[in-house]
Amino acid sequence: MTHPLNAATRFVARWPQSIGLLLVCAVFSASTGGCNSSGSDGIVLGHYASMTGSEATFGQSTNNGIQLAIDEINQAGGVNGKKVRVITYDDKGDAREAGTAVTRLVTRDKVVAVLGEVASGLSLVGAPVCQENGVPMVSPSSTNPTVTKVGDKIFRVCFIDPFQGFVCAKFARENERVKASKAGILYDQQAPYAVGLQEEFAKAFKKLGGEIVSTQTYQAGDPDFSAQLTAIRASNPDVIFIPGYYTDVGNIAIQVRKLGIKVPLLGGDGWDSDKLGKIGGEAINGSFYSNHYSHEDPDPRVQSFIKKYKERFGDTPDGLAALGYDAARIVCEAIGKAGSLKGDDIAAQLAKTKDFNGVTGKISIDADRNAVKPAVMLEMKGGQPTYVSTIAP
Amino acid sequence: MTQQGLATAPLESARPPRERGLVGTVVNSAWPVAVGLTVAAMMHVMLPTTIGPFYTRIVIDSGIAIILAVSLNIVNGMTGQFSLGHAAFLALGGYTAGMITFYGSLLLWNSPAKQGGFLGSGEWLFAFACLMGGIVATLAGYVVGLPSLRLRGDYLAIVTLGFGEILRVILQQTRPVIDSVEKLKNAGAAQLWPPPVGGAVGFNGLPKYTNLFWVYAFATFMLVVAFRLKRSSLGRAMISVREDEFAAQAMGVNVARIKVLAFMIAAFFAGLAGGLYAHESGLIMSPRDAGFQRSLDYVLMTVLGGRGSISGVMLAAIILTVMPEALRDFDQYRLIVYALLLIGMMLLRPQGLFGIHEVWDWRPRWRSRAATTRSMPAKGGRPNA
Repeated sequence: MTHPLNAATRFVARWPQSIGLLLVCAVFSASTGGCNSSGSDGIVLGHYASMTGSEATFGQSTNNGIQLAIDEINQAGGVNGKKVRVITYDDKGDAREAGTAVTRLVTRDKVVAVLGEVASGLSLVGAPVCQENGVPMVSPSSTNPTVTKVGDKIFRVCFIDPFQGFVCAKFARENERVKASKAGILYDQQAPYAVGLQEEFAKAFKKLGGEIVSTQTYQAGDPDFSAQLTAIRASNPDVIFIPGYYTDVGNIAIQVRKLGIKVPLLGGDGWDSDKLGKIGGEAINGSFYSNHYSHEDPDPRVQSFIKKYKERFGDTPDGLAALGYDAARIVCEAIGKAGSLKGDDIAAQLAKTKDFNGVTGKISIDADRNAVKPAVMLEMKGGQPTYVSTIAP
Repeated sequence: MTQQGLATAPLESARPPRERGLVGTVVNSAWPVAVGLTVAAMMHVMLPTTIGPFYTRIVIDSGIAIILAVSLNIVNGMTGQFSLGHAAFLALGGYTAGMITFYGSLLLWNSPAKQGGFLGSGEWLFAFACLMGGIVATLAGYVVGLPSLRLRGDYLAIVTLGFGEILRVILQQTRPVIDSVEKLKNAGAAQLWPPPVGGAVGFNGLPKYTNLFWVYAFATFMLVVAFRLKRSSLGRAMISVREDEFAAQAMGVNVARIKVLAFMIAAFFAGLAGGLYAHESGLIMSPRDAGFQRSLDYVLMTVLGGRGSISGVMLAAIILTVMPEALRDFDQYRLIVYALLLIGMMLLRPQGLFGIHEVWDWRPRWRSRAATTRSMPAKGGRPNA
């Protein structure tokens, strides 16, 4: 009888579904508003990564590595007697989502440090937010040099592109089985990672007396590379450098062999995924790539990490998992040494990291907050990466 | 004649007198703008301190999404042309505005850092840059609008999609950003062409001027234009083109002009939003932003809101910006839940949340009913206060 009720029923009668949907949305918003009580007095770390999307294995591997490290630390009694917890947010590999995720971690969840991202482009999105709010950020595996230039709170535990480019060039020039004097390059022109790496490779390769005979580009997700590969074949190189991500590299390798090109392929850590062997099949065998670690390393520290990882997640950890593991442990060590949860103190301790015994080698942080450490060269054999050599800085 | 006049007289007198002509237009537009600007200023002063940076960011994102979705709705909803390249105008505006603020700041103040506080010199440069971004996007909108004269439906969608992808690839070929005055002054043609806007890495290092005030000031501007447009003869012409091109032509509507105009207006506001987008903190304008994926985000909002319903699209823009964040706690199931909600939506309301109606369209009925019940004596019900 009363008017507001009447109006409401009329509205519901006319827009029943809209109401339902709005209610659903309201419930979702309410439910998320409610569960923000992180009442525990533990230490909270944040992690943002592409858990879904085209580079999903990167985020998932890194996250597995981080979880493993945190569990170990907690089993050993935590950091200064406090348990450590990680909040992981998915950014879908999208810059806008990454920015929101980091803002949420830093300002709402009040994490003491942020781990992430794998992709340099997305680390560059999160870094200014962390820097602005005084929260240290450690990227496990962004190799683009600009990332740590954002500010004094931004660190990384992996080597940078100039070094990786140098490693690949040196390997291509000097390894017995390659001994290349002419190199062709095929790179993904939309990935900052690939663009940076190919520039550094070209620079180093020329410096070592080699010659770049052909440079071609592709777009991630392209189905056909025959035009570029035919051009590269015509220039007759001794090696083809392909700094891209594993999905495309697998397809490129198949088309390379179809065109009858016999020379070895060479790549960077973007190749590192157990999917590479599955996608590339027979074609990828006999190709080389540089990486952060080799799972064949006999070092007991490495082997125990691999054993634990396999027990928990079922497959062999890739380099990104190892870097995630190291990043989490370095951050926890710095927090322990700092004795406080202040961003400045933790950043100061992170900067002092020296000869940290990581799974990915001895890690020292230099004045530019980059990690100084060796790289390994791996060869694909029977669909599995096998160790070839270690190249030190 | 007199009889007719007599018949309509009571109807007209029942309505409040409406201003007509140019003065009326200005008056009718001025008060919503004033209200909007006041609200924007109040939001800027009060919101960040009360709800914190994370929610502030979502409110800013919603505002930008509103501008983009409602402007796209002028093409997709009101004029009935299917554009899949809206993000291209966003990127074009964003890159243009970014170049003006970044290199402008370098030349004016020797550093790309933020200058001045709220409404300070830096912010006015930023506002000017956003407008320029809008203007450049408008020119592109004219170019993209032209094929719409000959193409319809899917084919036009493909052309607009192609425009976005072409722009994305072009942006990837650009030169690295020049970050100091000395380097800028010594830069040769090789560093300056293609423009130094960062290539695949994205346009990094822009001063982050975007705040609640500017976002909602521009959103107000956009909404007032959209609502006025919908009620104007131009808007009516657009709707007639959507409903039936031939009938519209027969009634004397210049279909070609209307279509191109719709594209240009939409592009202007998308370019404006691009400026806001590029200067938002925790964001880097990158070539990816010109691509299909980003466009789809906004197409989704117009489809969800209902074609031609400005308030419906606004609501959809807010829902689709907030929902992915609200669903964060569902972790990896987030995208599945999101997709399910959209599918459910399409099954239940294929015409969008509000179809061609506005949110308040249901209200007059309630009012008239309320008026009749009020005139009757209330029998045992609550007294009406």
